[in-house]
Amino acid sequence: MEKVTAGYGDRVVLRDVELEVREGELLSVVGPNGAGKTTLLRVIAGVLRPLRGMVYLDGRPISGLSSREISKRIGAVAQDPGANFDFTVGELVELGRLPHLRFPDRLGPKDREAVERALGLVGLADLKERRLSSLSGGERRRAFIAAALAREPEVLLLDEPTAHLDIKAQLELIRLFRDWTGKGITVIATTHDLNLAATFPRILLLAEGKLLGDGDPRAVFTRENIRRAFGVEAEVGIDPRTRGIAVRYLLPEDGGQGAHDRREDRPFRHAIGKKPDIFEAE
Amino acid sequence: MSLRVLLVLVLVAAGSVFGAILLGPAKIRPGDLFSALFHPDEAPRAQRLILWEMRFPRAALAFTVGAALSLSGGVMQGIFHNPLASPYVLGVAGGAAAGAAAVIALGIRETVPVPLGAFLGALGAVALVYQLGKRARAGTALILAGVAVGSLLSAVTSFIIFVSAGDKRLVEIVFWTMGSFVRADWPRVWLLGAVVGPSLVILWGLARRINALALGDEGAQYVGVDPVRLRRFLLLITTSLTAASVSVCGTVGFVGLVAPHLVRLVLGPDHRGLLPAAALCGGILLVWADALARTVLAPVELPVGVITAFIGGPFFLWLLWRRQR
Repeated sequence: MEKVTAGYGDRVVLRDVELEVREGELLSVVGPNGAGKTTLLRVIAGVLRPLRGMVYLDGRPISGLSSREISKRIGAVAQDPGANFDFTVGELVELGRLPHLRFPDRLGPKDREAVERALGLVGLADLKERRLSSLSGGERRRAFIAAALAREPEVLLLDEPTAHLDIKAQLELIRLFRDWTGKGITVIATTHDLNLAATFPRILLLAEGKLLGDGDPRAVFTRENIRRAFGVEAEVGIDPRTRGIAVRYLLPEDGGQGAHDRREDRPFRHAIGKKPDIFEAE
Repeated sequence: MSLRVLLVLVLVAAGSVFGAILLGPAKIRPGDLFSALFHPDEAPRAQRLILWEMRFPRAALAFTVGAALSLSGGVMQGIFHNPLASPYVLGVAGGAAAGAAAVIALGIRETVPVPLGAFLGALGAVALVYQLGKRARAGTALILAGVAVGSLLSAVTSFIIFVSAGDKRLVEIVFWTMGSFVRADWPRVWLLGAVVGPSLVILWGLARRINALALGDEGAQYVGVDPVRLRRFLLLITTSLTAASVSVCGTVGFVGLVAPHLVRLVLGPDHRGLLPAAALCGGILLVWADALARTVLAPVELPVGVITAFIGGPFFLWLLWRRQR
């Protein structure tokens, strides 16, 4: 992405975002509400045309590709995906194959294979005949991701794929993402959970439409960055066992504004004072 | 599953058409029907006329109209995701009735045949609704515009009926608003069939894309479907289907609303199975509704729209009640 500015009507949501993503990378996009996370995904998916700047896919400008061509190569799942009719899992995943089909949209053997493979990739092969309404939240989310995978995309864009999922379902998804990036699929997912994001090798931090940070969790999740992006005080530590970054938020005690002035108080550290070995300050 | 259901429906449809042909004031036994259909030259002349010129085209027309309306209603429900969407949701019925009423009342039927007037009225109404509701990307504005234009046009029709009270032209206008197959003949069957056949093939080929519309506009775009263009094209097809059926038999309510719902209950929402099944089911329903309309108060004929409303109204209530439970 080169100097991309995008928005809706007069409202500019993304400003001069520069970004280069390689094949098989696993990215998480974080930022407060309205920071432009969803808009960023829409621009990459070619659904929203940037007001200025260019988006390239394999060195070719995406604006020169037909929407069909784009959707063959980029699989996207919207935030809170849903269907107005109660399709079966199989019917939904077949829909994901649509970019590869031509009128009258009959599935060939290759398409059926892709559908089966996608169902297998998310672990829903046994639930193919089940209706969406009979699935759990996690299963339904995976069904929509399978639909995106059915077109065998190079890039997978997921808007808050872990929202409303229990911890186990969230971790399962992350494990699947790692599998897929190992197979050369680029995965870009937004999330509000900084600790979940910290398990991704690369993080984009957006605030007010600007790219505030881009890099590994240690580089991006500094106390300073979190304060600037979210206006929230946080304690950033390293989990001694996983060596991963962990973020704990501090409750503002006087309306939020003064929190960082009393940094020395470290209420968080007091709270976990009994087990100081779990959480070391950065 | 859906293939087996379709096969059963085809058989029931054929059975219904033949069954309906046997019903009527002149008693005809199945054996007579068989010989009159397959050896028409040997059958008695009266029987041959009744079967070939009256009952058979009538059943065939009822079936084709039922198929057209139900197909159109199924697609409308797929476009708007609104269980109340029917073929008439965009004001087709009001436009057709007003068009026909205007032609009849103005006495210009020598130059403009009444069915053509109905057809043009229907197209005009939809064009107006589409222009009014176009700005909104969601379907609700279009439906509201359809309701507004529809009631405006029905006021026009009522006005024409009021000023021509006592006139014998009144009966004719009422015919268009309630629907009837009294004027069924083979040319009408072929004319409508020529619209319904290709439409069914095209819509069935687009069924997966209609499914994609259920993912919302953004979801549809993600699978490479342009929702705005697809909706416009589908509205064009469904409007011509509805306008064509209205122009041969007036406006018959409820079939296009009820039949797709019925099929969705059994087959699920996938339009690949739903659309052909809804077409067959709508055809079957209307053949029997017309058979009832001819026989319930024989020798007086009821408008078929009265029968479909009698059956469709309670059915729809049941559907609503079921959903709420």
